[in-house]
Amino acid sequence: MTPISPGTPVPPHKLPAPFDAWFAARGWRLRKHQGELLAAARDGNSVLLVAPTGAGKTLAGFLPSLVDIAADPRPRLHTLYISPLKALAVDIHRNLEAPIAEMGLAIRADTRTGDTPASKRRRQRSDPPHLLLTTPESLALLLSYPDAGTLFGELACVVVDEAHALAGTKRGDLLALGLARLAGLAPNARRVGLSATVADPPMLARWLSAGLKHAADIVFGEAGARPEITIVNPAARVPWSGHGAVHALPEVYMALKNARAAIVFVNTRAQAEICFRELWKLNDDNLAIALHHGSLAVEQRRRVEAAMAAGKLRAVVATSSLDLGIDWGNVDLVVQVGAPKGASRLLQRLGRANHRLDDASRALLVPGNRFEMLECVAAIAAVAADELDRLPERPGALDVLAQHLLGLACAGPFDEDAVYAQTISALPYADLSRADFDAVRNYVATGGYALAGYERYRRLVRDAAGHWAVADPSFVRQYRMNIGTIVEEPMLHVAFKRGKRLGSIEEYFALGLEIGDTFAFAGQILRFEGLRDGTLEVSKAASSEQPKVPVYAGGRMPFTSELASRVRALLQDPPAWAGFPADVREWLHLQRKRSQMPDRTGLLVETFPRDGRWFLVAYCFAGRNAHQSLGMLLTRRMARAGLRPIGFVASDYAIAVWSAKHAERPSELFTEDMLGDDLEEWLAESSMLKRSFRNVAVIAGLIERRHPGQEKSGRQVTFSSDLIYDVLRKHQPGHVLLKAARADADAGMIDLVRLAQMLKAARGRISHRSLPRVSPLAVPILLEVGRESVQGSAPDEWLADAAAAQALIDEASFEDDDPQPSLF
Amino acid sequence: MHARLTLEETPLFADPSGGLYWPARRTLVVADLHLEKGSAFAARRTLLPPYDSAASLAKLQGLIRKFTPARVVCLGDSFHDVRAEARMAPNDAALLRRMVAALDWVWVVGNHDPAIPPAFGGRAVSEIVEDKLALRHEPAASSGLAPGEIVGHFHPKAAVATQGGRIAAPCFALDGRRMVLPAFGAYAGGLDVLDPAIARLFGRARFRVLMLGGERLHLFGRERLLPFGAHPDTAKKSNR
Repeated sequence: MTPISPGTPVPPHKLPAPFDAWFAARGWRLRKHQGELLAAARDGNSVLLVAPTGAGKTLAGFLPSLVDIAADPRPRLHTLYISPLKALAVDIHRNLEAPIAEMGLAIRADTRTGDTPASKRRRQRSDPPHLLLTTPESLALLLSYPDAGTLFGELACVVVDEAHALAGTKRGDLLALGLARLAGLAPNARRVGLSATVADPPMLARWLSAGLKHAADIVFGEAGARPEITIVNPAARVPWSGHGAVHALPEVYMALKNARAAIVFVNTRAQAEICFRELWKLNDDNLAIALHHGSLAVEQRRRVEAAMAAGKLRAVVATSSLDLGIDWGNVDLVVQVGAPKGASRLLQRLGRANHRLDDASRALLVPGNRFEMLECVAAIAAVAADELDRLPERPGALDVLAQHLLGLACAGPFDEDAVYAQTISALPYADLSRADFDAVRNYVATGGYALAGYERYRRLVRDAAGHWAVADPSFVRQYRMNIGTIVEEPMLHVAFKRGKRLGSIEEYFALGLEIGDTFAFAGQILRFEGLRDGTLEVSKAASSEQPKVPVYAGGRMPFTSELASRVRALLQDPPAWAGFPADVREWLHLQRKRSQMPDRTGLLVETFPRDGRWFLVAYCFAGRNAHQSLGMLLTRRMARAGLRPIGFVASDYAIAVWSAKHAERPSELFTEDMLGDDLEEWLAESSMLKRSFRNVAVIAGLIERRHPGQEKSGRQVTFSSDLIYDVLRKHQPGHVLLKAARADADAGMIDLVRLAQMLKAARGRISHRSLPRVSPLAVPILLEVGRESVQGSAPDEWLADAAAAQALIDEASFEDDDPQPSLF
Repeated sequence: MHARLTLEETPLFADPSGGLYWPARRTLVVADLHLEKGSAFAARRTLLPPYDSAASLAKLQGLIRKFTPARVVCLGDSFHDVRAEARMAPNDAALLRRMVAALDWVWVVGNHDPAIPPAFGGRAVSEIVEDKLALRHEPAASSGLAPGEIVGHFHPKAAVATQGGRIAAPCFALDGRRMVLPAFGAYAGGLDVLDPAIARLFGRARFRVLMLGGERLHLFGRERLLPFGAHPDTAKKSNR
C-alpha cells in the first residue's frame, strides 16, 4: 500500500483510500461512532465509547490507530490494547490480522499474556510491534522492567476494552495505577475506553482519563434493536424455593431445540452441573449440549469453546465463565436460569446472542422460585427502562497500591513525592491521604511493623538521591512471580485414580467430603475415593445415582439494590401481577390476607411460633451478604435480650431467625447502633476477616502465591495467613494490611453500606406482625433452613456439639474391655 | 478449662492453649515453640509480622501463672533455628531470660535446635524419663512401650465436620500410652493427625484427639476426623 503522508488532512468521517476501499468491498459504511473516534484521534483527545455489543466497538477502537500507523509506519510501540481476558486479546489479535493483511498495511500486531513464551517476550521489548494486545497483569509486568521508558516512550494510544468490567474492581485499581505510570512515560498517549452500556458514563470516563490534561469525550454507539426477553411459562408449578429451575427445564429444552445455538447461563457451578445433567435426561434428540465453568480443566473448556465457535454445539450450559469473551456469531438464544441478580449483568449475558446490531437478541428467563419470578419481571422492566446497575464506588485498594509500588521500584529507584502525586492522579486513589500512602510505602519497604526489627531484611532502601530502590534482586523475581489481584481459593485437582484430570474444586468443599460420598462434577456423578498428593481421587458412580453432596457454594453474588426496589414496588402493585402464573398470584394474594405486603421503603417483620420455636422473619431486600451480617448481629442482640436465638438463615430477600423465646418488640432489635460495638465484637470472632486478610496478604506480597505443582515439589514457601492474622491483630491492630482487609470485607462480605442504608431506612418504619403461624411470604426462606449452613458461634460451640454427638456414639459402641473411656 | 486424662496411669492436665501439666511432678510441658520463626522467614525475604516470639512467650507466661509449676519442660524445637538468639528482639530475650531464671527450666533438644543458645539459661537434655513417662522431642526409634511417651515434633492438627461447617484446629493426639503435643508456637503450622507419620504411632482402636477449641478441649475418635487436605499451613515435613 502507499503510505499516506503524515501531514495529509483527513476530513471528518472520511477514511484514507485503502481503508475506504476495504469498507466498500464489504458493503460496510463507516458508522457514526467510528467516525467520531477517528475525529477524536485526530484532535489527540481521549474518548470513551459506550455501545452495546455487536456495534463494531473493537474495530472503532483500533481504526484510528491503524490509520495513524499506516501513515507513519516507523517501528515503535504505537498502541497498547488492554483486555480483561487473555482469550479476548488473542481473539482480537486474530480479527485484526485480517484487515491488516487485506489492506496490505505494514502494521505489526502481537499479543502478550501470561502464556507468551519468554523468548517472544524479550523480542517484544527489544523490537516492539506497532500494536500490542495484553492484560492489566502483563502491563504491570512490562512496567516493572527498567527499559519501560524506552518501550513506551512513543506510545500514542492505550485502548481499554470492557472498561466497565474493570473499573471499580481491584484489577481496575491495578490498571488505573498502570495508566498513571504510563502517563509519566508517554505524556502524549491518549486513552480510548470501550464499554458496554453503563449507568454512569461520565464516571467511567473520569476513571479512564484521570490524570490526563483533557477529560475523555463520551461517544455513544447507535442503540441496537431492543432485546426480546420472555419469562418461561412452565407447565409445572413454580417452586417455593431452590434456584435450579428443574421444573421448567422441559420448556428450556424445547427452546433449545428451536434455536440455532444457545448459551444457558446459570449462577453457580453447582447449578451448572445440575442443569446440565437434567437437560441430558430430557435430551431424546441427542442435541449437542456441553458444559462450561471455571472449575473444569482448561483443555476441556478450550474444547467446548472451539466446538461452539465452529458451530458444532446446540447449547452450552455456562456460568459467568462465559459472561465476557469471544463473539460467537451463530448464538441466537440466551437462557438465564435462576435469578438475574442485576440489570447490567443480565444485559451483558443477553449481549452474548446475536452480535449483529440490527437483530434483536432473544432471551428466555427461567426463575427457579417465586421470588426469582418477581426478580425476573423487575429485571426485564429495568432493562426496558435502561436502568442499569451503578459501578461499585470504592476507594482504591491499599494492597494493590503496595504491589504497584514494589513494581515501580523494580523498574528503578522512585521519588516518593512524585509517585504520591502520580498515585492520586488515578481516580480510585484521588482521595488517598499522604499518611496512608506513606503507610503503604513503609509496608513495602520494611513490612511496616511498629517493632523495628527488620531493618536488615528490608525490601526497599533509599539511595543517595533519597529515592526508593529494591534492596536485593531477589525481590524483583518475587514481585514478578506474584503480580495480579486475583487470588484463587485453595484448589484441589479432581482426577480419576491413575487417570485423567477433570478439573479442580475448592479445597473447602473437597475437605467436607467423606470417602464414598458422591457429587456432581464435570457433568458426571463421581465417587470420592481419597486424597492423594493434593489430588481428589474419584471414580465414576452409576449415572442413575443421586449425588449425596449436590451443593458447593461460591460465586453467589447478592442482587442489586436497583432490582430490590423494583421487586418491592411490584409487591405493592397487584394489577402488575396479572401476567404471573396462577400459583404465584395466589401466593401473593394470600400474603395480603394473612399478613401484609412489605412496602417500598419500610421494614416488615413477622414473628410466629413453629415446632416449639419462635421465628422472626424480616423482609429487608438488602441482598444475601448484608443479610448474613445482619443475622450475626441480630442473634447477638437477641442473646443479650434473653431470647435465646438458635440459628438464622439469609436469602437475597429476607432473613429468618429462630429462637427459644418470642421477640415481641423487634423494632428494639433493628437499630443502627448494632453497627458499632456489636459489629466489632462479631468481627473479632468471625473468620470473615481472615478470608479477606488472606487475599490482601497475597496481593500485597506479604505471602507468596501458590503456584501449581508447588506442593508436589515439597518446597514450602507458603505460610498460613490465619496465623499471621491472629498475631498481627493482637500486636499491631492498626497495621495497613488489616485496614485493607477490613475495607474489603466492609465492601464485600459484610456489605456494610447496604446494611447501614437498610437500617437507616427502617428507622421508625418497622411494621411488626405477630402471626399465629408462618406467612405465605415466609415459606421460601424457611425452606432454606437446613440447606444453608448456620454460622456465627465460636468454634468451641460447634466442636462441643460435635464432640457430644461423638460421646453418644462412644457410649453405644464401646466394648466393656476397651479401656478408652477410662482415659478421662 | 483443662481436661484431665491419664497416660500410663499418670494423671495429667491438657490445657486448651496446647500445654500439658503433670501435677505429681509440678511440671509444665510445651512443645515446638519455634521462637523467631518470623524473623527466619524475614531473612528469606518474607516479611512476616515480627511478633511471634512475643506472642508465644506471653502465652507461656499465662500458663505458668495458671499452673505455678516448679519445672518447665520445652519439648524441642523451642528455637526455630540455631541463629534464633541473634535475631530475637531485646524485650523478648529479656522476658525469656527472666522466665527461665525463675524456674527449673529444661530444654529438650529438637531437630531445629540441636544446640540450645546458652544465653537464656536452663539446662539442655536429650530426654527425660521419670516414673512411667518419657518426655522426648521425637518418638524413640525402638519404642518399647514400657514407659508412656510424650513427644512434640509433629504439630498435629485435626479437622472435624460440625453443624457450623468444617473446623480444623491443633490437637493433642493420644492413645493412653503415647501422646503427641500440639505445637505451642504462634507461627508453628500443623500436620494432619491422620498423616501416616503421626497415625502410625498409635493403636487404632484407642486413638483419640483432643482438639483446641479456644477456651475448651474437645475429644474425637479417629472415625470422626476429616482428611486435612493438601495445604496444611507450612506443614512440617514429617521425615526430615
